[in-house]
Amino acid sequence: MADLDFTPRPGAAPLRSQVLAQARMEARLMLRNGEQLLLAVVIPVLVLVGGVTAGEHLTLDLHTSRPLVDTFTPGVIALAVMSTSFTSLAIATGFERRYGVIKRLGSSPLPRSGLLAGKVLALLMVQLVQIIVIGGVGQLLGWTPEPGVLGVGLAVLLGTAAFASLGLFVAGVLRAEATLAAANLIYLLLMAGGGVVLPLAAYGAFGDVVRWLPSGALGEAMRTGFIDGGVAWRDLGVLLIWAVLGTTLTARTFKWE
Amino acid sequence: MRYGDKVAVDGLSLVVERATITAVLGPNGAGKTTTLETCEGYRRPQTGAVRVLGLDPVRDRRELLPRIGVMLQGGGAWSGVRAMEMLDHVARLHAHPLDTGELAERLGLGECGKTPYRRLSGGQQQRLGLAMALVGRPEIVFVDEPTAGMDPQARRTTWELLRELREDGVTVVLTTHYLDEAEQLADQVHIIDRGRLIASGTPEELTRGSSATVRLVVDQELPGATEAALRAAIDRWSADHHIGVRSISFGSRTLEDVFLELTGRDIEHG
Repeated sequence: MADLDFTPRPGAAPLRSQVLAQARMEARLMLRNGEQLLLAVVIPVLVLVGGVTAGEHLTLDLHTSRPLVDTFTPGVIALAVMSTSFTSLAIATGFERRYGVIKRLGSSPLPRSGLLAGKVLALLMVQLVQIIVIGGVGQLLGWTPEPGVLGVGLAVLLGTAAFASLGLFVAGVLRAEATLAAANLIYLLLMAGGGVVLPLAAYGAFGDVVRWLPSGALGEAMRTGFIDGGVAWRDLGVLLIWAVLGTTLTARTFKWE
Repeated sequence: MRYGDKVAVDGLSLVVERATITAVLGPNGAGKTTTLETCEGYRRPQTGAVRVLGLDPVRDRRELLPRIGVMLQGGGAWSGVRAMEMLDHVARLHAHPLDTGELAERLGLGECGKTPYRRLSGGQQQRLGLAMALVGRPEIVFVDEPTAGMDPQARRTTWELLRELREDGVTVVLTTHYLDEAEQLADQVHIIDRGRLIASGTPEELTRGSSATVRLVVDQELPGATEAALRAAIDRWSADHHIGVRSISFGSRTLEDVFLELTGRDIEHG
């Protein structure tokens, strides 16, 4: 057996590589977990294929002159961002607290800010995979996007900020099991009635309420970004407000352990 | 150190020398973990001061953490993460980590490297916890109940490893409620009970006893009748000389005796 040399030689890895290691680890665990994968990829793809197919048969009128798939695909991408940033993050963080992962990392060289940065980077990595898969399926269904980098980029970033801060808030105040239940329930409610997949026009008068929800704002911002290459400043503003609210709530209540 | 109005650790004062093994010994609930977590910067003492490598564990946390290794009493890994994946991850957070393959081999984790954490046995989880504490090549390791739940073979292997750490210049601070562990392993033993330090010293000093202790070692096993006769003789002798005998014990004095004498209680049962 090789004789190990334990002679002390301590030191932290550069912060950037620590954050990258943390992000890759978390993204890998997220994509490996069956339930998380269901939430991240399978459900959005089913919603996309099901929505477009059913919509064409039922001649669903979304009050736009464009093909249904052009409206649906950005909405489903918004749904995917919401599921990862909110539901997956909340559940994963809830169980990390339960299993002492956060406590363990708390005594490693990785600072709390690095852990948070790693989490956000992991979300963006998973979302990139989601966008590629959903976008690919959308194109098979005839999606012809005209994306604007600024509009789409800001929608993803601010949507992630808003939902991730709210997800951490839920994970911080509830026990792991309660977080699991609450995060899934809120996801289902927002998917059904939160203006993510369907445009606000489909909600009639109720649309004026829905557009103030983070889900409605993210859906609209994503559609604007992908359909006209535009920037939905008003909806992005709503997301920013939710991000500030979520961050404030989390900062006041969240305990890492 | 208080939780609410419950005092967990009170007036504890101890100093640890470099490259030694220090055991904090006490029954469950004595305040061992709280003491360790105060050194690790998880808790801030309400009064008093803690310095580890000259640093304040809370204020200088960022500077201190890369230099220490911590083994928690349990958990500390994602349930779905593979054993080696977890160890490699912790290694990546450090600048000069040990070779994770060699370390895993040394700790007998070679065969369960691909096993998800939740499917590792209790002993394997313990050893992975120890590996995570060591992989960053720390100056001090804090190990909380390192051999709890291990079989005798794994315990001995772990003891050997901790001795090897000391030889290589690593300072080891461990908590235990196993007396033999403290006795066999530690250079310094601090016995704490109900949050208070009740005795400190080398295992030899602690078991040597004082001048009021008379130790008689005979060259053979004593049958019951002989033992009774010896007791009777001692009784007569002490009565003649007006000396009170507090206790007579047959068998050797161990740290267990020390604990019993100091607290009036049996350590294993608190």
